[in-house]
Amino acid sequence: MHELSLCGSIADIVSRHAEGRTVTVIHVQVGQLRQVVPDTLAFCWEMVSADTALDGSVIEVETVPARMRCRKCGHSDEVGDLPVFACHDCGGIDAEIIAGEEFMVTSLDLAAEPAGETGT
Amino acid sequence: MGRFHRHADGTEHSHDGPDNTDPSTGDHEHGHEGHEHGREGHEHTGDHSGYATGTERVAVLERIFGENDKTAAANRASLAANGVRAVNLMSSPGAGKTTLLRETLARLKGEARIGIVEGDIETSLDADRLAGFGASVALVNTGNGFGGECHLDAPMVGSALPRLPLADLDLVLIENVGNLVCPAEFDVGEDARAMVYAITEGEEKPLKYPVMFRSCQLVVVNKIDLLPHLDFDMDGFLGNLRAVNPGATVIQASARTGEGVDAWCDWLRAQLAVPR
Ligand SMILES: Nc1nc2c(ncn2[C@@H]2O[C@H](COP(=O)(O)OP(=O)(O)OP(=O)(O)O)[C@@H](O)[C@H]2O)c(=O)[nH]1
Ligand SMILES: [Mg+2]
Ligand SMILES: [Zn+2]
Repeated sequence: MHELSLCGSIADIVSRHAEGRTVTVIHVQVGQLRQVVPDTLAFCWEMVSADTALDGSVIEVETVPARMRCRKCGHSDEVGDLPVFACHDCGGIDAEIIAGEEFMVTSLDLAAEPAGETGT
Repeated sequence: MGRFHRHADGTEHSHDGPDNTDPSTGDHEHGHEGHEHGREGHEHTGDHSGYATGTERVAVLERIFGENDKTAAANRASLAANGVRAVNLMSSPGAGKTTLLRETLARLKGEARIGIVEGDIETSLDADRLAGFGASVALVNTGNGFGGECHLDAPMVGSALPRLPLADLDLVLIENVGNLVCPAEFDVGEDARAMVYAITEGEEKPLKYPVMFRSCQLVVVNKIDLLPHLDFDMDGFLGNLRAVNPGATVIQASARTGEGVDAWCDWLRAQLAVPR
């Protein structure tokens, strides 16, 4: 359940960027190699944000597939569903992870200012 | 770049902007370096079903582990300033970390000056078991607060380090909370990561917890005194470990009988000898 403490970090980041404006959606990028369960994150966010200025905002998770690149032959590929980190092409065992370890707040959606015009 | 997100729950929706989604799969290239976010600096998005229309999008691009990693770097710097190496020892609950640490302290007594950071959810039981070997032990109770923590993070270790006489130490061994998931995510400022895996846990564990098994330089395969009593498939386990972490060092050991513990101590000696 480290999602709970992660939500604390997310709240700090979001509050800093929202500067008092009302946040509706928090876009979070989660790499496949991050052990973050999107539903648990959403649930913990409800608890952490309740009765704060961020109450009512929701987290939307965008999952990033894991990719690796073989240091021997240069082949790069998606890791896929099985956690096998040998090169899919030459079988080499020295591969670097080039995607899938992301864990960041990418952007926030803010509610329209009451006075502002609304689009569709 | 168009953003056609596929969410973990299977729902999809598009944001405005041109769409470069492959229509056959709904897949798209996303999230690598060069990912464009420039347009998001000030953008009005349409249809965000359920939420106010006419919302403004603000780009953030901030790593969620950023604060932890900053503190981890500070921990690492203060360890280095004192000439101390730190090893983060992780495992599932009961794999044998504390037993192995006891054996380690007994063997390295008088040779290396060791401090222990002991992460324990509620008690000082493990810390008590490590008393009497001349090592200083700093306990981090992770049970305080909301629900308790399932891992050590950099601030917790940072609060424990000042309670160790760092200037008089060579090595800090950090016993993390028994858990195969969360501890792998948190850099605490260690120089190396090691895992204790017990053969009572089943051969498939590396495939189920690849992030943990990948994050370690060394895996101690513990409780091999039980081999005659179990139908443990050592080759199967080692094959699974190789799949997820081809470069890991493996030491087969029994913290109970002492077999293999000298090899583990040699690995620790080698960590102390690594030039900075
Ligand atoms: N048979 C056998 N039992 C062991 C061995 N190492 C540890 N044990 C036993 O396994 C149990 C758990 O050992 P601990 O050293 O407390 O394990 P731990 O990883 O520190 O546990 P937590 O801190 O609670 O996660 C104890 O009963 C130990 O005596 C071993 O090599 N062989
Ligand atoms: Mg223990
Ligand atoms: Zn290759």
